Amino acid sequence: MAARKPIRWHIPVFLAPAVLVYTAIMIVPLFGTLNLSLFSVNDARETVFAGLDNFRTLFTDPRWSASFWNALKNNTWFFIIHMLVQNPIGILLAALLSSPRLRMAAFYRTAIFIPTILSFVIVGFVWKLILSPIWGIAPGMLDAIGLKSLFAPWLGKEQYALTTLALVSVWQFIGIPMMLIYAALLSIPDEVLEAAEMDGITGASQFWKIKLPLILPSIGIISILTFVGNFNAFDLIYVAQGALAGPNFSTDILGTFLYRTFFGFQLQLGDPHMGATIATAMFFIILVGVCFYLFTIQTRLRRYQF
Amino acid sequence: MQSRPLRIALLTSTLLASAFAAHAEDVTLTIESWRNDDLSIWQDKLIPAFEASHPGVKVVFAPSAPTEYNAALNSKLDAGSAGDLITCRPFDASLELYNKGKLTDLSGLAAMANFSDVAKSAWSTDDGKATFCVPMASVIHGFIYNKDAFDALGIAVPTTQAEFYAALDKIKADGTYIPMAMGTNDQWEAATMGYQNIGPNYWKGEEGRLALIKGEQKLTDPQWVAPFTELAKWKDYLGDGFEAQTYPDSQNLFTLGRAAIYPAGSWEISGFNTQAQFKMGAFPPPVQNAGDDCYISDHTDIAIGMNAASPHSDQAKAFLEWVGSPEFATLYANALPGFFSLNSTPVKMEDPLAQEFVSWREKCKSTIRSTYQILSRGTPNLENETWTASANVIKGTETPEAAAAKLQEGLASWYAPQQK
Repeated sequence: MAARKPIRWHIPVFLAPAVLVYTAIMIVPLFGTLNLSLFSVNDARETVFAGLDNFRTLFTDPRWSASFWNALKNNTWFFIIHMLVQNPIGILLAALLSSPRLRMAAFYRTAIFIPTILSFVIVGFVWKLILSPIWGIAPGMLDAIGLKSLFAPWLGKEQYALTTLALVSVWQFIGIPMMLIYAALLSIPDEVLEAAEMDGITGASQFWKIKLPLILPSIGIISILTFVGNFNAFDLIYVAQGALAGPNFSTDILGTFLYRTFFGFQLQLGDPHMGATIATAMFFIILVGVCFYLFTIQTRLRRYQF
Repeated sequence: MQSRPLRIALLTSTLLASAFAAHAEDVTLTIESWRNDDLSIWQDKLIPAFEASHPGVKVVFAPSAPTEYNAALNSKLDAGSAGDLITCRPFDASLELYNKGKLTDLSGLAAMANFSDVAKSAWSTDDGKATFCVPMASVIHGFIYNKDAFDALGIAVPTTQAEFYAALDKIKADGTYIPMAMGTNDQWEAATMGYQNIGPNYWKGEEGRLALIKGEQKLTDPQWVAPFTELAKWKDYLGDGFEAQTYPDSQNLFTLGRAAIYPAGSWEISGFNTQAQFKMGAFPPPVQNAGDDCYISDHTDIAIGMNAASPHSDQAKAFLEWVGSPEFATLYANALPGFFSLNSTPVKMEDPLAQEFVSWREKCKSTIRSTYQILSRGTPNLENETWTASANVIKGTETPEAAAAKLQEGLASWYAPQQK
């Protein structure tokens, strides 16, 4: 009879710090939020178990659901802009940076990455000032090239405000996809590229036929990071437009909607239970998105071994 | 759930910390406030005056940012780490704290006799039986104008609407000044300095406000739609790109002398006095026809109460008695021109602009902002909805009638007297 394997104590010991910290600051609050969303306060100011009643209110009450769908729609548009603008430009910049003939590549790389490390507060205020119709430099710059007529108070117009803020966010975060793709491009072995050149595939067609398929897994990761980041976004809108996400709620995304509901705003008292309900809905939206990616897209991506 | 030991531990640590900071025998009172602009006034003028007459008590003024105050205060009160004295927002925010047992009933204070029922209404229970904060000040709405600009263009101070629009047209035709400095980016300006500023002349102040609370009038009635109709006309007199103009932008436009008229609250006075290099005057919201009764928004805005968990309730009460005294009223009103004392004793103020504002109390009838009492208790919140509606009307993206209909529908969705 073989001796029983000794318990390998070092595994739990080494795992413990990370597990404990993660549980304390992530798992417990998450379940606390889920739990909070199942209760509500009745007229006698008692906290009572409400089951899924809060969710019924959120999705069927005409006012709550209108706010919720508006926030979700705006959030989706915010995400679409990022996918259409941020990621393609990020890939393009990475492709340019990885070109061996580019001079001062390190300078460009740093310059483009710097906005990412700036605080949202700085980015929000700087862009508000740049775009200000009164003191901003945007009207003056457009005037200098004779395009003053194109200028509008973008942040104050319902039809432009959200797109403007999405583009500001793109400006801030463009460095992330650029750096990830750049790293992926550098990791492509020279043998593969040389083999392609032997077969006569160079220049742009080399990018499309050889490099792009090899960096697809990175693009997938960037997409999912963008998705999670966008649906958790809050700071930029709050800094630029305040908690009411004006004009007329046209920049209201799930994060600002949650903040307004949970903490209250001006004369509106905070409602932690409805707030937690919105937070839970956000959690499930992100969960569904991530699962969709993991189970349908990730599994089909082909990986190449070198 | 807050555990009791934790709360006690927090309390004791706060106490110990403050006890060591001051002298052992001194009691330190901490004031929670959103008025971070007033820090130096409290430290240099008000607190020394109190400490001189009350030896052994030290007072610390510990303000937080206005937009974060409500959320921060609620968390601090729940955690037991809030200060002894709490600056009270008017109406429901404070009433909620009182109902939760966070604020003490102060009806028994001798100084409460110095205040009228209207002054106390913002910090009393609905039945008026208990008052939980000592009223400090109200703010009055009106228009501040650039006197130099008016003199240069030969414009007399407008008293009726016709004169008001004639003046605006004249300023616009001249082109030197932007007629009116206001933006809709922050939305509250449109509601507070627009709708609530000119509105009382139409809904006849208290009469209309109380009728709305009783359910006898509706927001779609002509007297409630008319202020929106007026706001819709303002669009042509605002600066280029007013849609993206923020509140500080508007203040700067006016104090830099680029705009002639500023729809104002009296709280602007001290800031404008230090910023503006030209002479300023003020006029109340113009009436519809010459000789009409005028109404002004004289809004009860700020009061101070006592944290029910404060360990120094005797000293805190002594402080509140002092806040309710005529001595404090004079000090405060002169240190902060534009915050008008609610004390029944008349207060002598030095600032001419503040004197102008307060003089309207004599000739016009006072009311408070229509959305503040009771009507913003539910969801959707009438005050917050009014912000959006007013901004939309000024921008012209919503008609006055549609905006009023939306507000009425929202109010009627939860407020029983309006559902009849």
